Amino acid sequence: MTFMVPAVNVADLKDTTALNMGIFALFVAITMVIVIRASRNNKTAADYYAAGRSFTGPQNGTAIAGDYLSAASFLGITGAIAINGYDGFMYSIGFLVAWLVALLLVAELLRNTGKFTMADVLSFRLKQRPVRIAAAISTLAVCFFYLLAQMAGAGSLISLLLGISDWGGQALVIIVVGALMIMYVLIGGMKGTTWVQIIKAMLLIAGAAVMTFWVLAIYGFNLSDLLGGAVETSKNPSILNPGLQYGKTETSKLDFMSLGLALVLGTAALPHVLMRFYTVPTAKEARKSVVWSIWLIGIFYLFTLVLGYGAAALVGADTIKGAPGGVNSAAPLLAFHLGGPLLLGFISAVAFATILAVVAGLTITAAASFAHDIYASVIAKGKADANTEVKVARRTVVVIGLLAIVGGIFANGQNVAFLVALAFAVAASANLPTIVYSLFWRRFTTQGAIWSMYGGLGSAIILIALSPVVSGAKTSMIPGANFAIFPLSNPGIVSIPLAFLLGWLGTVLDKKLEDTTKQAEMEVRSLTGVGAEKATNH
Amino acid sequence: MGHEAQETDAPAFVDFKEVQSTEQFQELRKRHRSFVFPMAIAFLLWYFAYVLLADYAVGFMSTKVWGNINIGLILGLLQFVSTFAITGWYVSYSNRKLDPIAAEIRHEIEGHEFDKHGNRVSGEAK
Repeated sequence: MTFMVPAVNVADLKDTTALNMGIFALFVAITMVIVIRASRNNKTAADYYAAGRSFTGPQNGTAIAGDYLSAASFLGITGAIAINGYDGFMYSIGFLVAWLVALLLVAELLRNTGKFTMADVLSFRLKQRPVRIAAAISTLAVCFFYLLAQMAGAGSLISLLLGISDWGGQALVIIVVGALMIMYVLIGGMKGTTWVQIIKAMLLIAGAAVMTFWVLAIYGFNLSDLLGGAVETSKNPSILNPGLQYGKTETSKLDFMSLGLALVLGTAALPHVLMRFYTVPTAKEARKSVVWSIWLIGIFYLFTLVLGYGAAALVGADTIKGAPGGVNSAAPLLAFHLGGPLLLGFISAVAFATILAVVAGLTITAAASFAHDIYASVIAKGKADANTEVKVARRTVVVIGLLAIVGGIFANGQNVAFLVALAFAVAASANLPTIVYSLFWRRFTTQGAIWSMYGGLGSAIILIALSPVVSGAKTSMIPGANFAIFPLSNPGIVSIPLAFLLGWLGTVLDKKLEDTTKQAEMEVRSLTGVGAEKATNH
Repeated sequence: MGHEAQETDAPAFVDFKEVQSTEQFQELRKRHRSFVFPMAIAFLLWYFAYVLLADYAVGFMSTKVWGNINIGLILGLLQFVSTFAITGWYVSYSNRKLDPIAAEIRHEIEGHEFDKHGNRVSGEAK
């Protein structure tokens, strides 16, 4: 072997702190200027929540990629492949194939029927108040899980870069990230947030492309040799085979199925992804956005395959596990190995930016859902004017920002991709059945929606609480206690079919029928785009 | 907020049930469903077949085909290929079969739209 593996000395990373911070500060400064410029035209609720519906398909597609390629994809998947080999690759495949559900069944129909939030579509032809409240609650729950994951990623990254594993230091940096995110969303609204996503997506994909090219160049552009390198460093040939992480017992195999189900059905039910479809003027642009994001996301996940095995080969699983930040530090360590402090600084700044942008996207979704679905429709009973609604949304942003900071300080250690998979399971259970039924099943009723949403949300969250994720294992959030009576760490295989079943059962047992005129309107509008809101002209 | 008036909301007096029952709309609905449902079932089956193989047929998936490249990796990469292919297929199908007919129906409805006072307005004049 001509390429020896020089050990990555984790202690050296501290010397690069100033550089990392400098690159990150530059990113913040540039994006902040863009956000302020973009926000000048924010006047109406459609401007604030949906960026005036003025983005093009490719722009929105890039922003979706920016939203979707979170710290989970970059840090989490690279780490999972580096440590668990093939089983980590599963995440990439599930996360990508899931987009077909969004493309074929959801994106365009949703763009044609809704205005600002997921609840707009779900409550279109059912009883407004109960369905809206349920949809808003599940939106907030999914956003919360997703936020926790992103904040855990921020914690890992900080501890690696600054070499601080002490609680206070990490907390301080999480507070800074949270405060910046609040500023972006307050000032920029959806338009500013979208521009941050676009810039971040381009930087992230470019950074990953450079690293992928570099790793492949080391192995003479021979994938087989790269895989050989990973086997050699890990001294474990089964890193190339499925089952390293999930193949140990029958329970863990079932867990793998559960994860696979949650990944593929979760995407089309993520509120912050769905909300992005409202930022384009037509359903055709919504379709273009999905196509654009499928290509960007697919190519990026191919990169993570190379990066993950590259980290396994060049950095080594033991070094990664031993580094502060653990599994999530594989990508930054690989960057340091390849390009020294400068590439590490760039990649870390991109990873920070990733977290910042995703957190901003989640925050604006949660705030819009609260202000539009709960405040305007339920508390003010539709009498709030748009200005008040946006004011409420802005205040909600601050509250959610503070919650994210507190949650982030407490969430730590878990693989970010794993935490995001839980958010996917909750989304797929709580939202997907109702989205699909209300778009495609004429007979579907309010009772079915309520049963499915609360049943799916409740069962997913209760099963997570009773799983080894929370208690009963070494890696649990509460390692001291043991009330893990549910053996799987991902609830999807139980909660998703249950939610579909409840939606069906609630409907067939419902004696009341829904308004067929509304059903006709929804079907005609969803397929033709009649009466859908157009772009606002400024 | 001057420009908000330009945004079209639900056209108030369109008889959607009548539109729904037209042959043209039924054809659009049929074309849409006859593509997306079988396709969704097909890719989900292919995906779950892959997950099951990775889960329960580790020996088969670990079979080396070329160098260190095994069947599992090839099938995984084929998932990427099929995702890209279905995306392209759907886009071309929509452009050819769905968009023209949807645009026709939309034009027809918006051309016969009435304002709140029951006066007929054209799509552009709103």
